[in-house]
Amino acid sequence: MKNPFSLEDKFILVTGASSGIGKAIAIECSRMGAKVIVTARNKERLNETYSKLEGGGHVQLIADLSKTGEIEKLINELPVLDGLVHSAGLAEPLPFQFLNKEKLEKIFDVNFTAPTLITQQLIKSKKINKNASVVFISSISGVYCSSNGGSAYSASKGAINGLVKGMALDLAPKFIRVNCVNPGMINTNIFENGAISEEQLKEDMKKYPLKRYGEPEEVAFAVIYLLSDASKWVTGSNLLIDGGYTLL
Amino acid sequence: MEIKGFIENFASQFEFTDTSEFKAETKFRNIDEWSSLLALSVIAMVDEKYNVTLKGDDIRVSQTIQDLFNIVSSKLSK
Repeated sequence: MKNPFSLEDKFILVTGASSGIGKAIAIECSRMGAKVIVTARNKERLNETYSKLEGGGHVQLIADLSKTGEIEKLINELPVLDGLVHSAGLAEPLPFQFLNKEKLEKIFDVNFTAPTLITQQLIKSKKINKNASVVFISSISGVYCSSNGGSAYSASKGAINGLVKGMALDLAPKFIRVNCVNPGMINTNIFENGAISEEQLKEDMKKYPLKRYGEPEEVAFAVIYLLSDASKWVTGSNLLIDGGYTLL
Repeated sequence: MEIKGFIENFASQFEFTDTSEFKAETKFRNIDEWSSLLALSVIAMVDEKYNVTLKGDDIRVSQTIQDLFNIVSSKLSK
């Protein structure tokens, strides 16, 4: 019997693939048979992800997607895609009264503008197949809730949720599906700058009904569903993955 | 950087606590109004005013405003 969740022979681009959720997505997609194109800024860390991919036919491309020139270069090097996962992301907790244009732009560039424009240019260059699936990594933050110092991050993720709905409509004639996943806190190093201490994270974990943060793989499995033919009739949706956090 | 100015900047993050409560030896975590949001505000204030990046752990290991001032000073001199 054919596994409806299989990604056999699908070409899938994963951005932000050098760490955290993106890394897990790239690896799990390769295990489901996909030919994965991984991209990120850091060569060494990207190579580490690449070396963990199972099966053959994968490609790694170094690119800083916040730079227009690099998006163009990346697009020229890409094969025609069956799937596209945007997992490059940035979180820098900052109380609202300290926001300024530069800080707002930095977060929006990475979390919203870059994934939006790269998809638009891929569509325009006919690098996305009919029946392909586009998946954005949004968040519970900005859609269901927020956190102290999270206003800019929430805004960028809320924007993704809106974008997904409009894109899903506009790309439906091409049978390209567009969805997002909305994870709660996942065990990654997204707060590696250390503004939030280890102690605060441990306290925060207790607020989750399932009593822990999620694992990157647990987001990857949801992304696999959205990339696969199992979700052929799913578009414009947001899939909540939060250990029950937003129930309370 | 002087301790007096640092204490003023620290105090200005608070809404309700009287400024007279802020001294170099004040144990800031004992102030009723202290919260995780104020910790983020102090980090952002230090970044904005002194161009120094504090970590959550720098705040966690500090007891008094003086302790925090010392950490900022040491990072400034680097």
